[in-house]
Amino acid sequence: MKRFLGFVKKEFLHIFRDYRTLFIIFGIPVAQILIFGFAVSTDVKNAGIAFLDLSKDETTLKLTDKIISSGFFRRTENLTGYNEIEDVFRKGKTKEVIIFEKDFGNKLLKEGKASLSILADGSEPNTATLITNYTMAIIGDFNKEILGAQTNNSLLIQPEVKMFYNPELKSQHMFVPGVITMILILICALMTSVTITREKEFGTMEVLLVSPLRPIQIILGKVVPYFLLSFINVALILILSWLVFGLSVKGSIVLLLAESMLYIMLSLSVGILISTVSGNMQQAIFISLVGMMLPTILLSGFIYPLENMPVVYQIISYILPPRYFITIIKSIMIKGTGIMYVWKETLTLIAMTVLFIVLSVKKFKIRLE
Amino acid sequence: MRTILYLIRKEFLQIFRNKFISKAIFAVPILQMLILVPAVTFEIRNVRLCIIDNDLTPESRGLISKLEGSTFFKVKFTTFSETEANKLMHKNKFDVILNIPSGFGENLGNGKPAKLMASVDAINASAAQLSWAYMSGVIRDYNLNIITENINTVPVIPLPQILITNRFWYNELLNYKHYMLPGILTLLVTVIGFLLAGLNMVREKEVGTIEQLNVTPVRKHQLIIAKMVPFILIGLIDLSLGLILGKLVFNIPFVGSVLLLFFCAFIFLIAVLGLALFISTFSGTQQQFMFIAFFCMIIFMLMSGLFTPYESMPNWAQIINMINPVAYLMKINRMVMLKGSSMHDISREIISLIVIAVCSTSMAVRRYRKTT
Repeated sequence: MKRFLGFVKKEFLHIFRDYRTLFIIFGIPVAQILIFGFAVSTDVKNAGIAFLDLSKDETTLKLTDKIISSGFFRRTENLTGYNEIEDVFRKGKTKEVIIFEKDFGNKLLKEGKASLSILADGSEPNTATLITNYTMAIIGDFNKEILGAQTNNSLLIQPEVKMFYNPELKSQHMFVPGVITMILILICALMTSVTITREKEFGTMEVLLVSPLRPIQIILGKVVPYFLLSFINVALILILSWLVFGLSVKGSIVLLLAESMLYIMLSLSVGILISTVSGNMQQAIFISLVGMMLPTILLSGFIYPLENMPVVYQIISYILPPRYFITIIKSIMIKGTGIMYVWKETLTLIAMTVLFIVLSVKKFKIRLE
Repeated sequence: MRTILYLIRKEFLQIFRNKFISKAIFAVPILQMLILVPAVTFEIRNVRLCIIDNDLTPESRGLISKLEGSTFFKVKFTTFSETEANKLMHKNKFDVILNIPSGFGENLGNGKPAKLMASVDAINASAAQLSWAYMSGVIRDYNLNIITENINTVPVIPLPQILITNRFWYNELLNYKHYMLPGILTLLVTVIGFLLAGLNMVREKEVGTIEQLNVTPVRKHQLIIAKMVPFILIGLIDLSLGLILGKLVFNIPFVGSVLLLFFCAFIFLIAVLGLALFISTFSGTQQQFMFIAFFCMIIFMLMSGLFTPYESMPNWAQIINMINPVAYLMKINRMVMLKGSSMHDISREIISLIVIAVCSTSMAVRRYRKTT
């Protein structure tokens, strides 16, 4: 035990000596939380819009004003002919063009029907759908206003909506759990795999192996410091999201921390497994960074909802640990549910951890080739 | 010139001697593109719906069948108990609960407001907004139907109605693959070039072979150029592999000029590799470099506009983004591939990339010390 503690101390010294790495380990989550909190959002604001108004009457001007003043759009240009549309899209600033037909206002009030077209730049499908929907809703409202002046309101359905768990529609509810999930697995896997392969590459692994320490102690000693650092990281992210965004943990914080520990252990065992299959650091870095970063971000349901993916991917996502952890953390943190709701996910994570550890123990070579 | 060529040859030998890396630099991007490009979609389909119909009138059933008929909604569950519905929502069994209170059909047409209550799981705020937008659209349509039906019985002056037609340019069916492929390709090219070039340089330092290079008459800029060229080539090969894959497997159109795209990618790679080599000058170990690179890449990536629309960033973020090369290539890639934008349309982006490339490479050359 004393030997083991000595070894852990050595590992800590290694980590603290390299203050730059230490700074980055804590810097990444902080930067991510701030970026997601303040810089990027999936909402659309200030989308460039251009109008091709062939009518230019009171009604079209009113409707144009209504669209601009909604806050979703920013007028980029007023077009005068159809041939300009292509040009304006190609420059990239304009995402939507609205075309009012000739004599729009007159037709609307006298004949009861007037048409307009919405053209959206489909090269960004998400923005295109959102802004088209916004515009349609605004035009629908406008239409209702004119209608309301002519008929009584007796036939109107009044739908009300309640946004569950997130009444203010803050995007933090989505990304704080996402950032924790992503950061933990990437940093843990990266650090453990690199620190173990480093010993191999520099030949110091031999020194360790001939020491009285048992292989399992060596691995544990390597992992313990990162376990602690990652745990501090989780706490840091939670405190930060509480201080900056006022997002507190709704459920039991003890349960959340316990689940985080489980997930950290899982991520560390992934790192150990990577280290047993890679011969040098470049390889370990390549696998854990290039190989894991994009799939973790894209297939965990962090940014893109899993339910909308093709079925094959929903099946693939079942073998990815982040998927389970993100469900757990969302349930505890935002819905405030207890272990009763997440025991299946928890068991899956435990099973995965055991599997990875068994695999790495089998693959770990105590002799040199 | 000959010195540089020899150095480049050495680099290539070193890269391809490593069996894993030499395969991975081509296999990993291809695999990831094959897997990830079709996966990602923001499209809302199959919103899982739970219906509490306390009304049970033709009107309420009409609304429900209208919702079922749209492609967006799938009625997963019907119940009369609100508590049961809430409990199942807690378990993430469905996304939206629509509560039709009793009296809905009766009130409709009686002059009293016919109310509907929808509860949306809003943890993912943007998805929630989108599904609610679709739902209220269906309700609005249904409402309009009722109004016109009722009006028809009493012929009056035509009601003003705006007919909306909408079209999506460049991507008629809103195929997300068209959007994701250029984006993911840009990221992969960035990550591979950035990481490998920097690691390569730091490795020489860590292992000590850099000393051997330093005592040769090789000049600083020659060394930097020799370190960049192989990775520029690898990046461009990865880019072409990705484009071929896009054409063959996903059938993604390439409207613009291929040459223009490669020209931009070339400048972009110089910028990114310059940055990687610059970072490598002040990292002593591969681990250190990797973490700084990881940090930069995450920020570049998240702010690049791959995941979130560029325009909705606040001004200060857009200003910071002016030094983010990934954001420029992301834009250029999509514009050239999908819209066929010309050199003139993207001149601002190209000039910015050139400025970044010149700055980062000269910084890398300046910071590099032959003596320790």
